[in-house]
Amino acid sequence: MVQYSRTGFDGSFAALSDATRRGVLEQLGRADASITDLAEKFHMTLTGMKKHVGVLEQAGLVTTEKVGRVRTCKLGLRRLKEEAAWIERYHQLWDARFDELDKVVEELKRKEKVDGRKKRK
Amino acid sequence: MDARRESEPTPMKNRTTVERKSERELVTTRTFNGPARIVFEAWTKPELFKRWWVPKSMGMSLLSCEMDVRVGGRYRLEFSYEGSKSAFFGTYKEVTPHSRLVWTNEESEDGAITTVTFEEKDGKTLLVMHELYPSKEALDAAGTGAADAMVETFAQLDELLVTLGASVGRS
Repeated sequence: MVQYSRTGFDGSFAALSDATRRGVLEQLGRADASITDLAEKFHMTLTGMKKHVGVLEQAGLVTTEKVGRVRTCKLGLRRLKEEAAWIERYHQLWDARFDELDKVVEELKRKEKVDGRKKRK
Repeated sequence: MDARRESEPTPMKNRTTVERKSERELVTTRTFNGPARIVFEAWTKPELFKRWWVPKSMGMSLLSCEMDVRVGGRYRLEFSYEGSKSAFFGTYKEVTPHSRLVWTNEESEDGAITTVTFEEKDGKTLLVMHELYPSKEALDAAGTGAADAMVETFAQLDELLVTLGASVGRS
């Protein structure tokens, strides 16, 4: 079972209350980026951007990985999971609808066959 | 153990796919084992539409279903869930028999334009439902952010799935 802790939610709200951090998430939604890239993009110092990324990381919205001297940021699993979860629910709903629609289609096909036979007689 | 005999035909269930094609688009596909005219009929005749649109597993009940399926015609679906009433409504923009339906979703300012196409091949019909939202934010809101609506609408389905999942796990 997936459980979201209160601190997680509060952390997310705090993280998302800042326009720059929302911009960073949007940016990372398009492509992974290094802290240097992000700092340039948002006209900030490296230190300032590190702080923002830190807040997003704590909220589980962003993950970072250091390879050599470059720290790469990507969207956190949590955000991806939430998106996947709603698409999954949407999928379940339509799958259930379409299973019922299969039955309607089968019934109409049977009816057409019977009507067709009647017409030929 | 599976007690079925090998020779017994197993009814094939077609797969439903859902894909977020872009920031603003959600595309759902499904094949039906019948000609397009029949599948189209099931989408455009209210007495047929209401038999599948609120699946039993959802724990919702349809209160009314009005569909005036012609260009400029309106539809309105009202349903209840745990004592509260909700409605979906909008306008048909395109109605091309057996091949294409386009309608608006006006219950929200950020509602999508829904296009459904029916493509027949070898007696089967490939259905593609394309939902185009006015912005990325609108689609995000329809999903993640619509926690309120979604949680309310799907709570019962989720419960059912958990129950089913648990019983599968046990067996």
